[in-house]
Amino acid sequence: MRIVEQEVLVAKNVTKQYSSGQKAVDQVSFVIKKDECLGLVGESGSGKSTLARCVLALEKVDQGEIWFKEKPLHLANKEDLRYIRREVQAVFQNPAAALNPKLKIIDSLMEPLDFQKNIQPSFLKGIRHQREKAAEQLLEMVELPSKYLSCYPHELSGGQKQRVTIARAISIEPALIILDEPTASLDVSVQAKIMNLLKDLQQYLGVSYLFISHDLAAVNFMSDRIMVMKQGKIVDEFSKYDLFSLKREPYTKELLHVFEG
Amino acid sequence: MINGFRITKPGILLLIGLFFITIIIAPYIAPFDPTDVKMGDRLKPISLEHFFGTDHLGRDVFSRILAGAQTTVGTSFLVLAISLLIGVPIGLVSGFVGGRLDRFLMRFVDAFMAFPDYIVAIILSGLLGPGIFNLVFAIVMVKWIGYARLARSTVLTEKQRDYILIAKVNGVGPMNILRRHMIPHVLGNVMVLATLDAGKIILMIASLSYIGLGAQPPIPEWGAMLNEAKAFFYNAPHLMLIPGLSIMVIVLIFNLVGDYLRDHYDVKNQNGGK
Repeated sequence: MRIVEQEVLVAKNVTKQYSSGQKAVDQVSFVIKKDECLGLVGESGSGKSTLARCVLALEKVDQGEIWFKEKPLHLANKEDLRYIRREVQAVFQNPAAALNPKLKIIDSLMEPLDFQKNIQPSFLKGIRHQREKAAEQLLEMVELPSKYLSCYPHELSGGQKQRVTIARAISIEPALIILDEPTASLDVSVQAKIMNLLKDLQQYLGVSYLFISHDLAAVNFMSDRIMVMKQGKIVDEFSKYDLFSLKREPYTKELLHVFEG
Repeated sequence: MINGFRITKPGILLLIGLFFITIIIAPYIAPFDPTDVKMGDRLKPISLEHFFGTDHLGRDVFSRILAGAQTTVGTSFLVLAISLLIGVPIGLVSGFVGGRLDRFLMRFVDAFMAFPDYIVAIILSGLLGPGIFNLVFAIVMVKWIGYARLARSTVLTEKQRDYILIAKVNGVGPMNILRRHMIPHVLGNVMVLATLDAGKIILMIASLSYIGLGAQPPIPEWGAMLNEAKAFFYNAPHLMLIPGLSIMVIVLIFNLVGDYLRDHYDVKNQNGGK
């Protein structure tokens, strides 16, 4: 399979079944380009998170192919996995669950850099191996004061914790970040701030996003292109400017109706 | 310091401190040799010279209680330590590796679980014959199972947490995930169970010694002291009351500390966990 220079991730006919035989992800194909944010919208249970786990190589796909740059993730060979661990990162829905409650913020934050010593992010030039300074720089990038480094997660608010997990995700300067409902567990006022932060970081770092949400408004705000997922299948795909086009699938219109109403 | 049935932090520290100091300095503050037989002084009542009187062989009961604390508590700590060293690694590996190994180990554990603790311990120490080390072995065989099961179930719940998935995404290998994310949680839970268990183990050692399966005379041990004293209960009831009360107090201390640790960890989980 040929990969065009500009394509970061290509998924082709990806299918993931659960032991019950039900297909969580059914023949899904898509492309994520460089510097792009691809939105994935769907109700809970539509298979969004399972797809995210397949892309993160946390689950093996049953059928189909996932290519990250030139590496075939669906074959899950060790060398390739090691490669994507330095190029693909994730932010999950619940920041409290994504931080080990027994570790200080600095230890959770520095996990990717601590365990992948040879990564040299451009924004940590000169301070890469000064752990404290690198951590401060990362917190600054997500607009958090460095005093939180020695705190435990339960001392931070939900929004602050999510900023920490975002800082952790950008820390190794990945090519792709999977954002799986990153704002769903936060207050509305905090949601907007986090989304603006994510947008700013994307511009600054030139990273691609796969933004997953059940909230069409959020997806529309964040993404360049939008895919709609229903019962494991992609039922619609369009540029954000065509959201209100008459050609949209009935299910997309249904979601849009909820969004407007 | 004791607030209703709950105990506060300074109370706990004071209790633990007093307790360990007493145990450690016991042989130095004992006024008499706990095994020194003086037939002329037998069955003396409580007095200023003999705080807790003397037993049927004229040995000072106060000194024997102090020495017995070391035997009883020391033995229970030995039992705990061995149970932890066997149970925790088995549970960790079983839960973390999963699959066939897990099923095999858990069927083994189920087989042990099918019998009540005391029955297994009595049968084992009965078969092996009386003596402290046989007693330790018998109780360990009963106790390691609880730790294996707890370690396994903690690993199974932790495995599903988002921060474990993120650690994989971050390129942390399985051994480091175990060391960094699993073991601290497992040890936290295990310490709570161990403290609550310490009281039960002390009771078990004392009970088995009381029926003659544990510590043998002349080793001072509270259960064995109860056993020796029962023939003289009508003449010298303090010979039974004092070791009995000692057992009660020490079990109570361990239960209070265990309850405190359990509450302490619960609070932390509410704030920090899912």
